[in-house]
Amino acid sequence: MKCEDVSKELIPYLDRRANSADRHEVEEHLAACSACHARAEELRKLWTVLDEVPVIEPSFGFDARMRARIAEEPQPRWFRWFVPQPRLALSIALLLAVSVWMSRLPQDNSGLAGSAQSEHEQFQVIKNLDVLENYDVLSKFDALDEVPAEQPAQPDKKNDQQQQDDGG
Amino acid sequence: MLDVKAGDDESFNLLLQKYRTPLVNFLYRMVRDTATAEDLAQEVFLRVYRARKQYSPSAKFTTWLFRIATNLALNSVRDNRHRQMEVSLDAPPVDEDVAPLQLPTREMRIDEHMVERDRADFIRGVISALPEKQRVAVLLHKYEEMDYGEIARILDCSESALKSLLFRAYETLRVQLAPLVSPPARHAGKEAHHEM
Repeated sequence: MKCEDVSKELIPYLDRRANSADRHEVEEHLAACSACHARAEELRKLWTVLDEVPVIEPSFGFDARMRARIAEEPQPRWFRWFVPQPRLALSIALLLAVSVWMSRLPQDNSGLAGSAQSEHEQFQVIKNLDVLENYDVLSKFDALDEVPAEQPAQPDKKNDQQQQDDGG
Repeated sequence: MLDVKAGDDESFNLLLQKYRTPLVNFLYRMVRDTATAEDLAQEVFLRVYRARKQYSPSAKFTTWLFRIATNLALNSVRDNRHRQMEVSLDAPPVDEDVAPLQLPTREMRIDEHMVERDRADFIRGVISALPEKQRVAVLLHKYEEMDYGEIARILDCSESALKSLLFRAYETLRVQLAPLVSPPARHAGKEAHHEM
């Protein structure tokens, strides 16, 4: 271990908080390096010098002043849970206002009525579908007799007469 | 602290009794003014009380307590320094962490300090002249006897960086306090009984 490496481990060595491996290395170095050994000895003495700084006690009224300041602190109250925060209250109010405004808008129901009517007609067709598909009903339906019979077309007669002339 | 979190005011009083003296001493060594140290200590306890509901036992209570104290003390020291700077605007800016170490002669230290101040005051003055981070590290290490991990968390640095920081700080103190560290023979007997 070099001198610069020892410097980092010297304080933990002196306050007895270094691990055994580091402690052993520092001890080896101090035994071989007189400069670091002397420095370590001075640091030990420094430690006792620093102990000469006396401990001061807090003043007599320290605790009383502390308790007074604590007493001035706002205490938590149960009803605060029910008091809404300003931002929350504003958000709820805006939401309610928008809901009321939207509910009062005039509504266009024409499209809905038209679609309901067409649905009614479709229902009627579907309702009579069995009757329309029943052939017996249709064949005996008197109303069909009133339909005029289909007339043969004139060009066909002319063609027949021309064929007789050609054959004759 | 968990009892305090649960709303037990008596437990807060116990915390106050246990930590007020070390806290006031730590702050006094930081700001070197009794009234300011007590005001800051009260502010620390008040912040602990206000934040009791958010306390998480993931870190040691002392780490939390002294981290608050360190931040408040450093702010106070900086504010005070700022006020002094306003008075002497012509003074050159000093960056404590990068400023080269000025080593006064031993005779100068004795002439300037030992004659007019007592030893304790002299020692306090030398400690308070350390760069901020080094000062906090020494106070927590030497006087609060915190372990390296806890100090590193308070200072927000690695343990390795802390060891280097402490070495630099103690080296500065060793040199600055040389008149006391290497005294005349009359102190030698007393120091032989102490050990780090």
